[in-house]
Amino acid sequence: MSSVTASTVPSTAPLSQSGDSRNNNTRWIGRLAIYGLLTIFAILYLMPLFVMLVTSFKTMDEIQGGNMLALPQAPTFDPWIKAWGETCVGLTCAGIKGYFWNSIKMVVPAVAISTILGALNGYILTKWRFPGHTLVFGLMLFACFIPFQSVLLPMATILGSLGRFGVTLQNATGFNFGFGNSTVNLVFVHVVYGLGFTTLFFRNFYEAFPTELVRAAQVDGASFFQIFRRIMLPNSLPIIVVTVIYQFTNIWNDFLFASAYAGTGDSMPMTVALNNVVNTSTGVVEYNVNMAAAMIAAVPTLIVYILAGRYFVRGLMAGAVKG
Amino acid sequence: MSTVATTDPVLTPAHSTAISLRGRLQDALPKIVLAPSFVITLVFVYGFIIWTAYLSFTNSKTFPSYALTGARAYQRLWRWTFESDPPSSWYTSITNMAIFGFLYVGICLALGLFLAILLDQKIRGEGLLRPIFLYPMALSFIVTGVAWKWFLDPGLGLEQTLHHFGWTSFHFDWIKNKDFVIYTVVIAGVWQASGFVMAMFLAGLRGIDGEIMKAAQIDGASPLQLYRRIVIPLLRPIFLSAFIVLAHMAIKSYDLVVALTSGGPGGSAWLPSNFMYEYTFKRNEMAVGSASAIIMLMTISAIIVPYLYSELKEKAR
Repeated sequence: MSSVTASTVPSTAPLSQSGDSRNNNTRWIGRLAIYGLLTIFAILYLMPLFVMLVTSFKTMDEIQGGNMLALPQAPTFDPWIKAWGETCVGLTCAGIKGYFWNSIKMVVPAVAISTILGALNGYILTKWRFPGHTLVFGLMLFACFIPFQSVLLPMATILGSLGRFGVTLQNATGFNFGFGNSTVNLVFVHVVYGLGFTTLFFRNFYEAFPTELVRAAQVDGASFFQIFRRIMLPNSLPIIVVTVIYQFTNIWNDFLFASAYAGTGDSMPMTVALNNVVNTSTGVVEYNVNMAAAMIAAVPTLIVYILAGRYFVRGLMAGAVKG
Repeated sequence: MSTVATTDPVLTPAHSTAISLRGRLQDALPKIVLAPSFVITLVFVYGFIIWTAYLSFTNSKTFPSYALTGARAYQRLWRWTFESDPPSSWYTSITNMAIFGFLYVGICLALGLFLAILLDQKIRGEGLLRPIFLYPMALSFIVTGVAWKWFLDPGLGLEQTLHHFGWTSFHFDWIKNKDFVIYTVVIAGVWQASGFVMAMFLAGLRGIDGEIMKAAQIDGASPLQLYRRIVIPLLRPIFLSAFIVLAHMAIKSYDLVVALTSGGPGGSAWLPSNFMYEYTFKRNEMAVGSASAIIMLMTISAIIVPYLYSELKEKAR
């Protein structure tokens, strides 16, 4: 990596040495200003998280009487326990734990399916090209950018009729095969509208993968799937990590689809449940419990980000910069 | 272009007709595997867009109705845009969109570039600072909204805290003020996305050839000149990518307004996406909701289509 700094620093160093001490002073002031500004911005960026975290460990008395930046005087886990197991989402007061698992149950299959499909699509669009492949890719790429409002209603209609089909199946066979189940619906929706992104990631990655290897394997008689399994997949770990992280955070954080297709009932995902907890208008607002609930909703993506943040950035960039 | 020819003569042995069926299947296999994804995209994206467009020309209320009744929904939106007094919620939504879009994209680009330049000065602890600027990107808009709602609440948040510190004349109630509430959405939005823009610019800065910089420095360019004349022009493709990403995120924004302001006093913080949701699912005006969705789609397309077209054309060359 030919960094800008690597080249500027050695060339400025001799200049400041040959210059007088004033030059050195301005350099110092410059460095100080840079570090000062960066520190101020870092504090600003950390502030909301800090306030959330601190508040979630305070008692209500302390919140009402005190200062939001102060550390809790007697840290308590009660708000977290209450948020997890007792707080009310709508009329049910069983905490957000159920909704947390709803999100997990939805995210894991949706991520897995969309990643596998994206890998296959990317493999085909780079190594098994056919006339019109640019058009196919272009259409899938544009799908990443549409406002989902423009497909929201038809999807609701389709999911509604699938639900009625599920009832019919239930009556006929005693089992609905997942038709009409909100979690299954959301998995389906996220796979459909995540395909563009996963295909984009894998396509950009495989574009740089040596085609000679694929061709050589082909000459040796390897089949389509053998090449995919034995050559492409073992070399795809970096992009798989990127795609999984991206899809995980996106689907976990989704609110629009979740509120439109599972906005009521027991299978609502975490984001919708959190919004219900926080925007409830009845009773005393328990800020500490709200903040604990928000932290619980944020923890999975934060963990993913902390563990693999480096890849996360790289992946977002691959999608954004390469287009 | 390096393409694996699917009908390579080497790969289809001519000596056996029995193999040829299998061979043909092998040849078609990539297309068969890709087909479901492609069909899904055609139906669930493009088919659904046409469906929504169709609904916008009906008078669907609570349930879809499929009798075409002309562009009445668009006429209503048009009237709400230009002839409504007091301002309609649609007028509020699109004015908010203009304010939010302009400030959000502008500030994110400026702040992102500024932070990237600062971080690029061979900083000790860059590895610690970078994730601090970036972590908001990992949070959902709902969590961001909850955090900032608390932070900006006049009774509990910033205002109260500064009063505690002795600055009792400090007054900041934008989140409760219908004329200023949209600016609080900008604050939270910028907080969330500017770190990502910074990462993009940082990668761009790291990719600039050091030789050019060195040459300019030998010619006596000051650091300011260096950035203004050389570095920033070189970052143009990144500006474009960041602009595209931010602009489409701005037009799609929905959850942030819901969580941060619950729509603001009297819907004063609505964006077109909130308008669409409310009219479609809460006010039973499905045709108007569909029309607004189509207008959003066209706005995004005006930005995205030329960009994608030029990108793909460049690659195909």
